[in-house]
Amino acid sequence: MIELNEVTKIYNEGQPNEVVALRDVSLTIPEGRVTVFKGPSGSGKTTLLTLVGCLARPTSGRIRLDGRIISALPEHFMAAVRRETFGFVFQRFNLIRGLSVIENVMIPAYPLGPDYRGLRARAGALLERFQLAHKARMKTEVLSGGESQRVAIARALINDPQWIIADEPTANLDSRLAGQFLDEVRQLKQAGKSIIITSHDERIFNADVVDVVVDMEDGRIATVEER
Amino acid sequence: MKTWLARQRYLVDFTLAAALRRKGRNAMLLGVYALMIFILASVIFFGSALRREAAAALQGAPEVTVQNLVMGRHALAPPQWLDKLRHMRGARHVQGRLWGYFYDKATGANYTVMTPPADKPDYALKPGETIIGASIKRLRDGRNLGWLMLLSPSGKLFKLKIKRTLPETSELMSADLVLMARADFLRFFSLPEGAGFTDISMQVRNRNEVAKIVEKISRLLPTARVITRADILRTYENVFSWREGIVLAMLSAALVAFAIFAFDKASGLSAGERREIGILKALGWETSDILAMKFWEGALISLAAFIIGVAGAYAHVFFFDAGVLAPVLKGWSVLYPRIHLTPSVDRLQLVTLAFITIIPFTAATLVPIWKAAITDPDVVMR
Ligand SMILES: Nc1ncnc2c1ncn2[C@@H]1O[C@H](COP(=O)(O)OP(=O)(O)OP(=O)(O)O)[C@@H](O)[C@H]1O
Ligand SMILES: [Mg+2]
Repeated sequence: MIELNEVTKIYNEGQPNEVVALRDVSLTIPEGRVTVFKGPSGSGKTTLLTLVGCLARPTSGRIRLDGRIISALPEHFMAAVRRETFGFVFQRFNLIRGLSVIENVMIPAYPLGPDYRGLRARAGALLERFQLAHKARMKTEVLSGGESQRVAIARALINDPQWIIADEPTANLDSRLAGQFLDEVRQLKQAGKSIIITSHDERIFNADVVDVVVDMEDGRIATVEER
Repeated sequence: MKTWLARQRYLVDFTLAAALRRKGRNAMLLGVYALMIFILASVIFFGSALRREAAAALQGAPEVTVQNLVMGRHALAPPQWLDKLRHMRGARHVQGRLWGYFYDKATGANYTVMTPPADKPDYALKPGETIIGASIKRLRDGRNLGWLMLLSPSGKLFKLKIKRTLPETSELMSADLVLMARADFLRFFSLPEGAGFTDISMQVRNRNEVAKIVEKISRLLPTARVITRADILRTYENVFSWREGIVLAMLSAALVAFAIFAFDKASGLSAGERREIGILKALGWETSDILAMKFWEGALISLAAFIIGVAGAYAHVFFFDAGVLAPVLKGWSVLYPRIHLTPSVDRLQLVTLAFITIIPFTAATLVPIWKAAITDPDVVMR
């Protein structure tokens, strides 16, 4: 469970280009469920995701993960939380160009220094699961959008995190691929994972797999709908 | 500890895979870097090997050498000089020496031809006999075993029985030596019977009197040029430091170019590279992992360049007689017609070289990374 307590995020604080991206956000995100942040562009969805995923610290307020405060950790521990607790699927996938598909999948595990054969086997199994085994040795830049996304999901799962975080995962996908993405979300949920997604896309927030929809507006939470 | 090692291995793997993406650029960097180390190491190896050889040669050199000058040029010293010098107070072991250079067309090599020193009975030779240096033996290997056949400068064929071969030592002087009896020497170079000496060597009883003796000789033999061991030493030193100076000046230019190159490579952290660092951090890499990864990149490139450069310089100096540097460092060839240096490496110099190249480069790759490595990774969401 992730709890946010009066979380505020201000970019460029004290400067002329100051932006208040989040204001006093308090929210509880349940475990084992699919939560969607929706809202107009600029409403702070991505910002909220970066705070929850330990990619940045809030300007004020507290964030707890299973009761432990994660919003004020030193960088070393924040990286460890990211690595072990969260798997990220970025909007622009952020695969590393020039490296092979399987190397990209293994990257989050490198700082843990696991046994190489074991790691390779796990990565291979994930690619198998996403029908990408035959592309394991290809460079990532030749992949299609849907393939890139599946590589990104495989990479998010390599350290077997409890939480999966996805920012606008269907922004560049057609409806068939969006449906495929929702199937994968369904499987992950069945496997007991907790999932947080930001989206404008009604294909996402109207999907039956979604449990909680958080509607945002101008850096605040407008409504929280539990289904 | 085990996971630390495993972690570093993964970082090394990653950095190698990443470096391979920019093959051309990294190969060029490696090339420039290795070339710089090659020049630096060549100068160091060459300079110190020459100094060592020179010191060894000087050890056996006479305190004072007297030459005759005719019209400002070196000429044979008249035989009477020997007696005059022998009667001088304070002079010891006065000896006339006959020696010259000879280019052997058959082997394409330069020899130093000499008569045996009178004070060394085991070098004494009868006419028709010779003692040769180790490198000559090597050159003629398999041919005319036991006999040295030479075509004299005037075209006469000489056949000398090889009495023995000088042992292979580090001494420059002995390697290309051909010793022959005085009678043979005179015939070989078509010199008249009464010809004098190439030079006259002597020791001085009291070292502090060298200057006084030199003065006395000049008065006694006004056409003589007197060379002391200190003069030779100074000449060596001048030649070495002057030539090394030129090379080092060239090198500092290369170093500046390299520094600019390294700085550009390092500070020119492109938006793509910055983003990549952000991605790695977002995926759970720590700042220290990023820095370690970049450290390995710098260290591996430096190490590779260092090994290539030093190995190349070693081969260049000791197997190919410093062919590339020779035109610049030619000064010494006035003193020796040809040399072959004995391989030997000064460890301290190598370590110094390693320190002044590997560390700055590695630091240069690390510093600009620092800023990118410590920023929050949320930028990759944008
Ligand atoms: N690094 C930053 N520096 C300055 N302002 C920022 C930064 N990141 C985000 N903002 C601002 O914070 C506000 C919220 O941005 P955010 O990306 O969270 O919105 P969003 O809801 O994800 O929008 P979208 O639907 O377009 O992705 C925006 O006004 C944005 O301009
Ligand atoms: Mg967004």
